Amino acid sequence: MRNLLRDERSWVVLVLALAAFIPVLAPMLDSPATVGLATRIAIYAIAASSLNLLLGQGGLVSFGHAAYFGLGGYVVGILYAHYISEEPFLGFIPGSNDLLVTMPLAILVGGIGAAIIGALSLRTAGVQFIMITLAFAQMLFFLFVSLKTYGGDDGLAIRRVAPMLGMNLRDPATLYWLCLGLLAFWLFLMDRIARSRFGRILAGVRQGERRMAAIGVRTYPYKLVAFVIAGMGAAMAGALMVNYARFVSPDMMHWTKSGELMVMVILGGLGTLLGPVLGAAALVGLEYTLAGLTEHWQFILGPILVVIVLFARGGLMGAVRRIAGRRLPHEAQPLPPGELPLGELPSGELPREPARHG
Amino acid sequence: MALLLEQLLNGIQLGVTLFLLAAGLTLVFGIMGVINLAHGSLYMIGAYAAAVTATATGSAILSLLAGLAAAAAIGMLLEYVVLRRLYARDHLDQVLATFGLILFFNQGMVLLFGRQPLFVNVPEALQGFVRVLPGIDYPIYRLVIILVGLLVALGLYLLIQRTRIGMLVRAGATHREMVRALGVDVRLLYTLVFGLGALLAGLAGLMAGPILSVQPGMGEQILITTFVVVVIGGIGSVRGALFGAVLVGLVDTILRAYVPGLLRQVMEGSEADALGAGLASMGVYLLMALVLLVKPRGLFPAHA
Amino acid sequence: MADPVLSIQHLVKRFGGLTATDDLSLEVLPGELHALIGPNGAGKTTAIGQIMGEITPDAGRILFMGEEITRLSAPARVRRGLSRTFQITQLLEDETAEDNVALAVQARSGHGFRFWGDASRDARLREPARAALDQVGLPKARWAIPVADLSHGERKQLELAVALATGPRMLLLDEPMAGLGASESLRMTEVLRGLKGRIPMLLVEHDMDAVFSLADRISVLVYGHCIASGTPERIRHDPQVRAAYLSEEEAV
Repeated sequence: MRNLLRDERSWVVLVLALAAFIPVLAPMLDSPATVGLATRIAIYAIAASSLNLLLGQGGLVSFGHAAYFGLGGYVVGILYAHYISEEPFLGFIPGSNDLLVTMPLAILVGGIGAAIIGALSLRTAGVQFIMITLAFAQMLFFLFVSLKTYGGDDGLAIRRVAPMLGMNLRDPATLYWLCLGLLAFWLFLMDRIARSRFGRILAGVRQGERRMAAIGVRTYPYKLVAFVIAGMGAAMAGALMVNYARFVSPDMMHWTKSGELMVMVILGGLGTLLGPVLGAAALVGLEYTLAGLTEHWQFILGPILVVIVLFARGGLMGAVRRIAGRRLPHEAQPLPPGELPLGELPSGELPREPARHG
Repeated sequence: MALLLEQLLNGIQLGVTLFLLAAGLTLVFGIMGVINLAHGSLYMIGAYAAAVTATATGSAILSLLAGLAAAAAIGMLLEYVVLRRLYARDHLDQVLATFGLILFFNQGMVLLFGRQPLFVNVPEALQGFVRVLPGIDYPIYRLVIILVGLLVALGLYLLIQRTRIGMLVRAGATHREMVRALGVDVRLLYTLVFGLGALLAGLAGLMAGPILSVQPGMGEQILITTFVVVVIGGIGSVRGALFGAVLVGLVDTILRAYVPGLLRQVMEGSEADALGAGLASMGVYLLMALVLLVKPRGLFPAHA
Repeated sequence: MADPVLSIQHLVKRFGGLTATDDLSLEVLPGELHALIGPNGAGKTTAIGQIMGEITPDAGRILFMGEEITRLSAPARVRRGLSRTFQITQLLEDETAEDNVALAVQARSGHGFRFWGDASRDARLREPARAALDQVGLPKARWAIPVADLSHGERKQLELAVALATGPRMLLLDEPMAGLGASESLRMTEVLRGLKGRIPMLLVEHDMDAVFSLADRISVLVYGHCIASGTPERIRHDPQVRAAYLSEEEAV
């Protein structure tokens, strides 16, 4: 039992299982907005978790992640516009309102976009990397602002969403369960990747590029593949968001959206599996609560963010760990047979929190 | 030809404004190693303080002093309360904390002055036009901005090259540990450098007030362009900031002036204008991406 | 005479006005433990950096196993069998000792693009990793400890284990004894003695007891230039070396 609690994966399963009951419980609590809110949280959790692959696993501070979120959204929006106008996109790609078609395409486009931007950006490092990822996202933002054909500044509305595999996606609960299922799938994928050989190299990139070169690893291709995977995840989230909001606009790729995704990752706990989910829930919930109190909610949210960064190291997962009073490493290593468990270390050797911010 | 000259002057004027912002940003980054997204908020604060004072008193001098004082004071307070704690942190923490500050300041301005933009008149003494070339009149006010910017550049050059503080600043940009080892009160130096950066940001903001509208969020529009300037010029280099600022100012202004017209020759008017504006906005980011791909550390990297 | 494993020919590296490597030529023979000594600032670490491909020389050639590697990247050189340890340890601080070594084993295997399967349970990675840890004498109880919690001496041992796990055909050791206590130094000397003869080594070290007891040949570097090269006995009695280096060392 104790081992089960020490493993972050069991927490994820627990949280997702409880979350599945929200559409059942919400009507009883007489809070109709809850399902919509939970849907947004699940979607942002996917996007934040995809960003966490870069920030938390690889230590790559991308400040343009909303670009892929928006790209995914625009694939759905543009295909819908062509479905309505019955004119093929670029003259040969027929429009569609079927999520089974649009979402894979959105993921593909997000991946291609991330491959191009990543291939160029990853030639730099440090602040230059932060700024060049931001610059590419800004370019895409202004591109979509200027595309009058697809609504420009005003964006595109999506009025009719086709059923998918017999599911009525206009039913809030159905859409929510779909998003939650995809979140579960995505987190499973992220967990597998973090533990895989690829994930080990990514963790090595974060902790010491020089060491990686000295053991013979050319890191660039690994960073690029991580960038593409992250872009695909964000694009999937973007496609879902457009299906949920039935609206896409350049705001989805605004630089503040990239900032919000970063906030979610840090707020929840950098480099953890459950962290981005908690972070998404906390930020969306906080915005919702504060917005209910005052229209000037950002005036309160801003200082909260500052205080969290300054004083709450490790985010919500860090707090959970401290409260639980035990170490929950994000890569819980099984102890080799015959080794001392952490609780029985020689005196003077205290297990420590993983240092991430140093 | 007349149009081109006017656009070139506009480009230099924008470049000078960008330089005032970029100088502070690049010094703060070069010396303290901090990415400060809230630098644009200080620009906004300078603009608001000057606009409000101008409306209340009608005095251009008081308005100037109020803008400078407000930006510098809030800048130093910000350094003392928040930024100081971020020096030892990684860039991710710095980006997030200063992102929070942006939300706070923007919404603070909404609370104080509402969402409606404030409009500021050009000071009476600086109204009107001056004939720069036969047949070409240019607003005096914009020429004054260019002049002020160039004077600040000269002043910074003298400050950095000829004074003891400048020596420390230069040493701090390249050998951070050495300055600490010299027993200099580094914390005071940091606060002063930050205050100077804030002052220049405020100056940029208050001068931009009569040209642009003064409104919440005005800082971020220009902040991201300023980051482009700093990265192109090479982080930590004031010379690079000046060069990058004028380059970005010119490229941005020229693209905005000419791209829509060029597009209109191949497509329909309103679409051409929208696409042209978008492409022109992308221009400076494209420029930065190209520079970084050729010189990953910018044109004048300060850290050898 | 057998072909040299490593051959450095007329290497030059300047940093601004400072010539860190000044026409340096050096050969390491199969099975040889070749020590590189010299006063601080003689350019020993810079030389290792150039051999590994972390620093690009301004002139000269580097041959490894007869192949010219002067222009190859560091990872490419590692894949050809060069491996180094760092004077200031470069380890993955959040990972356990065993994970650090296992990652080096994985890098050697080349199968990095595997997204499935738990690398921490992969016997093909763990077994060689444990063997390397055993080889350097890190106590078993310390294998599962995060690197950040290891002592300085243990980190030095781990550096060597990681270098060994890349399957090297030659080791470059940058001051493996630096900062070690007397008993730790002796233990490290014994570990290196155990490796001697099996893997050729270029050893940069200030611990003269270790150098003179281990080395087959010694080269002395002063201001980036090799002033003498030969057996420990010859170096000990070389007047130039005594003048330039050993006397200074004794004076300290």
